[in-house]
Amino acid sequence: MSNIDPVLLLSALIVVSTPILLAAIGELVVERAGVLNLGVEGMMITGAVCGFVVATASGSPWLGFAGAALGAAALSMVFGVLTQVFLSNQVATGLALTLFGLGLSALLGQGYIGVKGPSVPDLYLPLLRDIPVLGPVLFRHDIIVYLALGIVAGVAWFLNRSRAGRVLRAVGENHDAAHALGYKVVRVRLMAIAFGGACAGLGGAYLSLVRVPQWTEGMTAGAGWIALAIVVFASWRPGRLVLGAWLFGGTTALQLALQASGGVQIPIEYLQMAPYLATILVLVILRTGRAPGSLGRSFHASS
Amino acid sequence: MTIKKLLLGATAAMAVATGAMAQDDKTKVGFIYVGPIGDLGWSYQHDQGRLAVEEAFGDQVETVYVESVPEGPDAERVLTQMALQGADMIFTTSFGFMEATMNVAQKFPDVKFEHATGYQRADNVSTYSARFYEGRAVQGLIAGEMTESNIIGYIGSYPIPEVIRGINAAYIQAKKVNPEVEFRIVWAYTWFDPAKEAEAAKALIDAGADVILQHTDSTAPQAAAQEAGDVITFGQASDMLDYAPKPRVSSIIDNWNQYYVDRVGAVIDGTWESTDTWAGIDSGMVEIGEITEAVPAEVREAALELKDAIAAGEVHPFTGPLNKQDGSEWLAEGETADDGTLLGLNFYVEGIEGDIPQ
Repeated sequence: MSNIDPVLLLSALIVVSTPILLAAIGELVVERAGVLNLGVEGMMITGAVCGFVVATASGSPWLGFAGAALGAAALSMVFGVLTQVFLSNQVATGLALTLFGLGLSALLGQGYIGVKGPSVPDLYLPLLRDIPVLGPVLFRHDIIVYLALGIVAGVAWFLNRSRAGRVLRAVGENHDAAHALGYKVVRVRLMAIAFGGACAGLGGAYLSLVRVPQWTEGMTAGAGWIALAIVVFASWRPGRLVLGAWLFGGTTALQLALQASGGVQIPIEYLQMAPYLATILVLVILRTGRAPGSLGRSFHASS
Repeated sequence: MTIKKLLLGATAAMAVATGAMAQDDKTKVGFIYVGPIGDLGWSYQHDQGRLAVEEAFGDQVETVYVESVPEGPDAERVLTQMALQGADMIFTTSFGFMEATMNVAQKFPDVKFEHATGYQRADNVSTYSARFYEGRAVQGLIAGEMTESNIIGYIGSYPIPEVIRGINAAYIQAKKVNPEVEFRIVWAYTWFDPAKEAEAAKALIDAGADVILQHTDSTAPQAAAQEAGDVITFGQASDMLDYAPKPRVSSIIDNWNQYYVDRVGAVIDGTWESTDTWAGIDSGMVEIGEITEAVPAEVREAALELKDAIAAGEVHPFTGPLNKQDGSEWLAEGETADDGTLLGLNFYVEGIEGDIPQ
């Protein structure tokens, strides 16, 4: 254990948690608007493939990220139209979206397996990067890491401080009342779903463009489900969401570091379970929140 | 209604079956791969073998393949389907397909099966594997000479004898040329998962490794090493030349082409028999990919010398005196390991730290 460098571990933690954080913050907004979209995994993997295809075709990772956000948002609109306009069951439609996304991404990714993508440079922050300890942990990452944290801060501000954010929460808490007050429930929800899709897409593209960086079928490997769980256990609060994502990322990075440091006495099976157990445990202990009142219920102006 | 449907289905199935038999002059050869062909590693090389068969026999054969088949019940389903569609011979190209292969082989005694890296055989099931550990020994020598941190990272897939053999063979040679060397092993529990492999590589690099050996099939560890800078890697299963001259400084290439051509030829001639093949560098089944200029000339010479000595049978990578990890004697001075022990190898040699997961 003694030969694990905590600075490198913390730095790895932030990178490992970024895709989950991105997907989770999107889903948090969706759920705060009263919609349960279980299709996060499908949107993530679609984002991963769209991002990779656009980035290799254009040579620009930034266009790739834009393509990922657009592609996944477009996919989320399938869910949006089905659940908000045609009032289909949200759970079933969300699950279908995951399956559809996995299949669609495999199809789109044909011919991109094993291809090398363009590389994403780390953001060069002079001075800041040279601060001992904090420099390598916080200030030597690529721009998407900061973008993810920026989105979380923005969402926190939006939900708690802005008028539009309060409308969104009202829609999520009680859609009938919000409707009676003259808010456009369906429109607000569609926008939230599109935002959730775009964020999940960015998270997926972070995997295929930064972390790996390659395209493989099924490469999100359950990250979308982790994101969903973190939203619930974080009691729908952005601050706790960051905590949950870092905890998960931290234990994931730690278990690999433990194996790599040599001479660990803990069986590897337990190490591999650790991220899931730790995340669930801590967030359950912290849990005080309540789900948005209208979560998962269909809304129609006539009812 | 249901009975009628069933009957209709049965007639259709029979029509398909007779159709398949009617064109039996063509030998149909099936392949199942554990990863995508595009892994540019293990499955890619098996597919090269399939293409070699097509080229060698032209119109005499028809090949079919299914990629990314999970090890488990799915494999059995895919194999059954292949056999039903009239395959005369099926190559199952991953250790984890062993049970599925044996089960399906029992149901289709007329179909010849070739299972890679397994140990169970039957009248219609052959096994074949390559002595990858010979190549690992050459990698170990280069790794031991090249490392400056004296920490060598090793990404293991599953703790099965084949992988453990590779770790031991590499360690023995590395230790020989560099007594200070230390191995760090991360088990990824996958043959192919670029995200996991990349993370494992990064964790090893963070732990101080400047040489990464991998027993997983994707190029993700190569990409991670390239990004980290001063780290060298070896191509696994395939040449992985995209990453040469650095990080990839050499590779083990599995060359199945000749074996596949020979075995398919045997089926066509009707001389096929159940056999057990375990071939090494001398037969060409294990190739050492070009050693790049990132490796100093004298190290390259030494590596090639070792390779030639192994091919000539003068050097066995497992030659005593060797102790087991717990310090007990395994091989006495000059004694070499027999194939039986090697096939079931389930312990580390002395000096490697950590436990093999059970």
